[in-house]
Amino acid sequence: MIYADNAATTKMSAAAIQTMVSLMNENYGNPSSLYSLGQKAKETLEDARKTVAEAISADPREIYFTSGGSEADNQAILSAAALGRKNGKTHIVSSAFEHHAVLHTLEKLKSEGFDITLLDVHENGIVRPEEVEAAIRDDTCLVTIMYANNEIGTIQPIPEIGAICRRRGVLFHTDAVQAIGHIPVNTATDQIDMLSASAHKFHGPKGVGFLYARKGIRLTNLIEGGAQERGKRAGTENVPGIAAMATALKEAVANMADSAAAMKKQRDRLITGLKQIPHSALNGDEVRRLPGNVNFCFEGIEGESLLLLLDDKGIQASSGSACTSGSLDPSHVLLAIGRVHDVAHGSLRLSIGDDLTDEETDEIIRSVSEVVTYLRSFSPVWRDLVAGKTKFIL
Amino acid sequence: MALYSEKVMDHFRNPRNVGVIEDANGVGTVGNAKCGDIMKMYLKIEDDIIQDVKFETFGCGSAIASSSMATELIKGKPVEDAMKLTNKAVAEALDGLPDYKMHCSVLAEEAIRAALDDYHSKSKNEK
Ligand SMILES: Cc1ncc(COP(=O)(O)O)c(C=O)c1O
Ligand code: FES
Repeated sequence: MIYADNAATTKMSAAAIQTMVSLMNENYGNPSSLYSLGQKAKETLEDARKTVAEAISADPREIYFTSGGSEADNQAILSAAALGRKNGKTHIVSSAFEHHAVLHTLEKLKSEGFDITLLDVHENGIVRPEEVEAAIRDDTCLVTIMYANNEIGTIQPIPEIGAICRRRGVLFHTDAVQAIGHIPVNTATDQIDMLSASAHKFHGPKGVGFLYARKGIRLTNLIEGGAQERGKRAGTENVPGIAAMATALKEAVANMADSAAAMKKQRDRLITGLKQIPHSALNGDEVRRLPGNVNFCFEGIEGESLLLLLDDKGIQASSGSACTSGSLDPSHVLLAIGRVHDVAHGSLRLSIGDDLTDEETDEIIRSVSEVVTYLRSFSPVWRDLVAGKTKFIL
Repeated sequence: MALYSEKVMDHFRNPRNVGVIEDANGVGTVGNAKCGDIMKMYLKIEDDIIQDVKFETFGCGSAIASSSMATELIKGKPVEDAMKLTNKAVAEALDGLPDYKMHCSVLAEEAIRAALDDYHSKSKNEK
């Protein structure tokens, strides 16, 4: 089996599993308990906080553990909105291709009277800093732009946007769920005020993540209760999960350069190989993209059929086709970069790991091109394109 | 649990009656308003019997399986019977479809209906 859906989730690293299991076996106390077993758990928790903080050049007191990326996104945005509302600032700048954890939170705020500007991400899938600058108004309370897109992998000009926001005195949040552990992220030099991350995207466990919030930013609670996480996130901490996340992150950061180089090599081989398929196109900027992300559209076919047949060939991947989403809407990300519905339908995302071999890459290219050719052989859309009844877009 | 039943996967992996009938006397193309998929049915009708049927589909696994099953259900049958084919019958013959995929079987029903309508209007013109 070739697992090429690491943007959806990753396999836990052996070290992270070991951390988790040993904590569950031996160090199972509640960090809020005053006896030694509890205090040992507390120590583990604070060690994890330190590790996580170091990985993004932050202070441990700026790290709040959450249940994952979605919770961190929600808390960051709702906190900035609450602060803004207090000062009569109810305008937020974001982009059209954010994750739904961001977009749906912004929609909720819109229904409460906030004004939301969603910036264009252009054909290459990259937000333009000058457009961020131009969108900021006197009543802007937050700019939230993702570090790297989860579908097409494009990396955003975060340091430039951070500098603009700092200069204009506007809070800047970034959903770095796809970036953390994969590309260097530095909250200090990037001038980030808030950042969301999720452990299961960097070989840690599911259901754990963190929110970084720069000192002095007052967070709004999503969950009320005990005084955990400096009173900002109630609930007994998921110590095994949090510690395993720290283990995974430390490992990911230590191996980042080698791992990225290995993935980039296979990524670029995949891109070169898949481009050979007629009437196909890479989605998103070819260079400014995550080391492991390949995303293509193939005209005349539908993505779910493609995925099912690839699965039969032992390849696990994903698609932005309307048919693969429960809502039957095509990917908002592909629409945002200007792919029309018909073309977005035939999309394929391969998000590879750093252990992909040359042979596996060749196998993916061969399989994808076989399946695309097969599906086109009985596609009425393809027939019309070939017959010249409709015009090729790609 | 798998997304689809064994039957759906069988018809998806080995679709029956795929292709084109060059001298079809009933052709229908329908699009799915929901997800944007397209299905095309070709019928060869003689003496009010569906002698041959073929399809082309641009769509998901359940759309391809539904087209395949629908062709099987009407092949060799009188036109009158084919007119009565429902999406429910197609879905049932496939051992069911997930709720949010029921509309794919509707596409099959509509494509056959459209091809039969085309046949009727053509044969009327001939008379
Ligand atoms: C960019 C992005 N943001 C947020 C999330 C949500 O993270 P989680 O699954 O940890 O809630 C994901 C993962 O699906 C993501 O890719
Ligand atoms: S045809 Fe698109 S969901 Fe089935």
